[in-house]
Amino acid sequence: MPVSAPDIAAASTAPEAGARDPGFGIYVHWPFCVSLCPYCDFNSHVAERVDHQRWRAALTTELAHFRDRTRDNVVTSVFFGGGTPSLMQPETVARVIDAVRTGWHSAPDLEITLEANPSSAEAAKFRALRDAGVNRLSLGVQSFDDAALRFLGRRHSAAEAKRAIAVAAENFPRFSFDLIYGLPGQTADDWKQQLREALELAGGHLSCYQLTIESGTPFHKGGVEAADEATGATLYDVTQEALSAAGLALYEISNHARPGHECRHNVSGWRGSNYLGVGPGAHSRLTEAGRAEASHRILKPQRWLAKVEATGHGTAKTMALSTQARIEELVMTGLRLSEGISRRRFARLTGRELEGVLDKGGLKRMTDGGFVASDDIGLRATPKGRLCLNAVLGQLLAQG
Amino acid sequence: MTEDLSRIRNFAIVAHIDHGKSTLADRLIQMCGGLPEREMKEQVLDTMEIERERGITIKAQTVRLAYKAKDGQTYQLNLMDTPGHVDFTYEVSRSLAACEGSILLVDATQGVEAQTLANAYLAVEAGHEIVPVLNKIDLPAAEPGRAREQIAEVVGLDVSGAIEISAKTGQGVDRVLEALVKRLPPPTGDVHAPLKALLVDSWYDSYLGVMILVRVKDGIVKRGMKIRMMATGATHQVEQVGYFTPKPQQTDALGSGEIGFITAAIKTVADTDVGDTITEDRRAAAVPLPGFKPSVPVVWCGLFPVDAGAFEDLRDSLAKLHLNDASFHYEPESSAALGLGFRCGFLGLLHLEIIQQRLEREFDLDLVTTAPSVVYRVRTTDGGVKELHNPVDMPDPVKIASIEEPWINATIIVPDEFLGAVLALCTERRGRQIELTYVGGRAMARYRLPLNEVVFDFYDRLKSVSRGYASFDYELAGYEESDLVNVSILVNSEPVDALAFIVHRSHAESRGRVICEKLKDLIPRQLFKIAIQAAIGGRIIARTTVGALRKDVTAKCYGGDVTRKRKLLEKQKKGKKRMRQFGNVEIPQSAFLVALKTGE
Repeated sequence: MPVSAPDIAAASTAPEAGARDPGFGIYVHWPFCVSLCPYCDFNSHVAERVDHQRWRAALTTELAHFRDRTRDNVVTSVFFGGGTPSLMQPETVARVIDAVRTGWHSAPDLEITLEANPSSAEAAKFRALRDAGVNRLSLGVQSFDDAALRFLGRRHSAAEAKRAIAVAAENFPRFSFDLIYGLPGQTADDWKQQLREALELAGGHLSCYQLTIESGTPFHKGGVEAADEATGATLYDVTQEALSAAGLALYEISNHARPGHECRHNVSGWRGSNYLGVGPGAHSRLTEAGRAEASHRILKPQRWLAKVEATGHGTAKTMALSTQARIEELVMTGLRLSEGISRRRFARLTGRELEGVLDKGGLKRMTDGGFVASDDIGLRATPKGRLCLNAVLGQLLAQG
Repeated sequence: MTEDLSRIRNFAIVAHIDHGKSTLADRLIQMCGGLPEREMKEQVLDTMEIERERGITIKAQTVRLAYKAKDGQTYQLNLMDTPGHVDFTYEVSRSLAACEGSILLVDATQGVEAQTLANAYLAVEAGHEIVPVLNKIDLPAAEPGRAREQIAEVVGLDVSGAIEISAKTGQGVDRVLEALVKRLPPPTGDVHAPLKALLVDSWYDSYLGVMILVRVKDGIVKRGMKIRMMATGATHQVEQVGYFTPKPQQTDALGSGEIGFITAAIKTVADTDVGDTITEDRRAAAVPLPGFKPSVPVVWCGLFPVDAGAFEDLRDSLAKLHLNDASFHYEPESSAALGLGFRCGFLGLLHLEIIQQRLEREFDLDLVTTAPSVVYRVRTTDGGVKELHNPVDMPDPVKIASIEEPWINATIIVPDEFLGAVLALCTERRGRQIELTYVGGRAMARYRLPLNEVVFDFYDRLKSVSRGYASFDYELAGYEESDLVNVSILVNSEPVDALAFIVHRSHAESRGRVICEKLKDLIPRQLFKIAIQAAIGGRIIARTTVGALRKDVTAKCYGGDVTRKRKLLEKQKKGKKRMRQFGNVEIPQSAFLVALKTGE
């Protein structure tokens, strides 16, 4: 449902939210972690030693490389993801932010998020990170249960996490933390307890992910099984109940926020706005001379670094995105949002009418079955449809 | 060409499957020098890969042997190899009509089996002189005495002259050759009379075109002669005349009493009627030889390509196979659930299986077969009679006066210890016992059974309840009115044409339930719940439900996840081309395919 968010137009979940749509985000990937978590399939690496000087230079070099062709955009968000970006030296973070601010026009309410581990060591750096320019912190808490944290391979304790949340709350106007549910054996009551503890500490934003066993991860190799479908559905329902009662409405499949506290960077991406990604494995969606293209950087940190130092950028592959591919991405990500897909924005981005590109039979079945709903503003998944979005997308995007 | 008929012997070897018929044939060829040693390979007469592999012969094959007998004379022996399986009983009798005698070959370690009996009777009916031969006496398990007793008691033949041999080692085979000359009658006929030759079989040879296997009764057929097919009236110029050694060997003429082949620029096997009489166009015989009625398919099923794009390939492959085997029928069929395919008719289940395997193996096709059906006779209320082999064609129940189904007379021979289980199986399949006799530790049961119960996994069950020891043979035995119903399988209230079947009312519910349960496991859960039902007309007799999906959503979708997810979606879309819409759900064709493939 559209939510009125008068405070920050660009971050509003209202589909027609003013001048900052489209937004333009810059993603910065920091690939290093202290240790690897057995469930994680992100581009993460443990390094003996990181030459911060070189990395600082490489990240800003790659930013500069892309500046010319993207400088017409007004940057609305910067997002430091990883890996563990809280392991970056605040100086590096500051230099990257500085490079963005001097290289592009940026929105006055520029959102700068950094992902952080809630360990004591890193909590001690929060202040410095704020001083470097970060204005939103996203903490990888994952659980308030020590046994669960050990199972998940996290290095922090529940108590440490709680202290880190408090430090974040003191230093950042907006912050979030992540939780994982659907751990083997976890019951609805266990999860409710986790949510109660979370709500005592939560700011304006919470992300709750169901544990997914990704292929290639230690959990996958070790035969850890994800919660079955019925349990997953129950835990999801429990989440919605607890968080909506607390005023943290669902705005994306796994993300909840009070109005105005949504992650603008992610919302902008899900709405189909362009973004630039720098750092190992970072993805971009850019439009060059009216043609959309997708690209990503070299995954391996050392190879990326060497490439950037040699040629100024670490791009591994650039692909043209067909209108059909654009349409599919917009529908895929747009329906993840509670606000759904705005007709007007869809037409602007693709030159096509939303209804015209969807499978007619599929759309009718999904509408009649109560999986999607539409009105003048746009098309959105209903709560029931959201829970089975993969299957719903299969129905809507049957053509092409 | 031999003008002296007294030095010709035409004979067949009749036996149960695996009793060593082909091995004996090989040995006879070898002992008469038919093939150089280096060209001898096991079972030289079975030319097709599948035939060799399964030890069965489908097409009639002949070989001419020159045997120098103890009397100092050289005889022309024509060995007619006959199909050795229940489905081809009719083909056996055709081949036997071209001979004057038979070797009844019995495996001394096994004794008389169902097809021993059936084929021996066919030889008796053909008026053959029969030489009983006991094979595999080199094996420790051989009990020639017991086998003799069974031949005498069950088959009713004089066994005093039975010959004990080992086709494998060659032991006693010389005595078989001598017995052929001494005990079988020479053919009769008038070499000077107008040509009368029996068209025994025909097949397509990629080098020579259509080859016709003939047995000359009267007169002579020679190269260049203009021949006439007496039944069809078609005339052809004979191009080649020859015989097999077993390699094709050209000669100038075939005369009265001889067996051999002719080619005459005939385009397809379908242009030759097996059982027809061939005569000379210029000097025609007045009366044809007693013919055969054409063999008719008794088992039908749908054959569909798993990959819809392979339909054309399937059509071409069927046409190619049909060149060589006109006994199977095929016509295009369109199924809502399975797409385009063919409705095919076969002489029996094995025949079906052989054709299916040849299509898959020789033509590299991936096929699915719908449940085999027999040919029903439906009498409608307006007095009409309709032959029906596809449940889809069943008339509206209110227009049906009665339905008749084909029955068979089955002979099952089984060791005593498994008799109880075999009888129970026959009863379960609506069988009626005709006769039960015991000979030397084995029982012979004769049953009247509905054919549709036999085409539904009867062989497999018979084998499993008898641990492979039961042997089975059957002959068609007319139609009987029966309480048959057409069971349709419904997915979300829509019928799945390919899964419909006709069954006796007493079995409808259990069979329907089995299919519903199977589909329940095969159909992936979807956004809507799916009702699977079996129904007779409007009455539901079995039902299962596939519950709706509860959760199916990717937890995280950032950056690179988007690309990955889109690729996944593209893969899904490709899969969708194989989907069939049933109301508000889509069922992958593979669910139906697997349901049909896995059988019971």
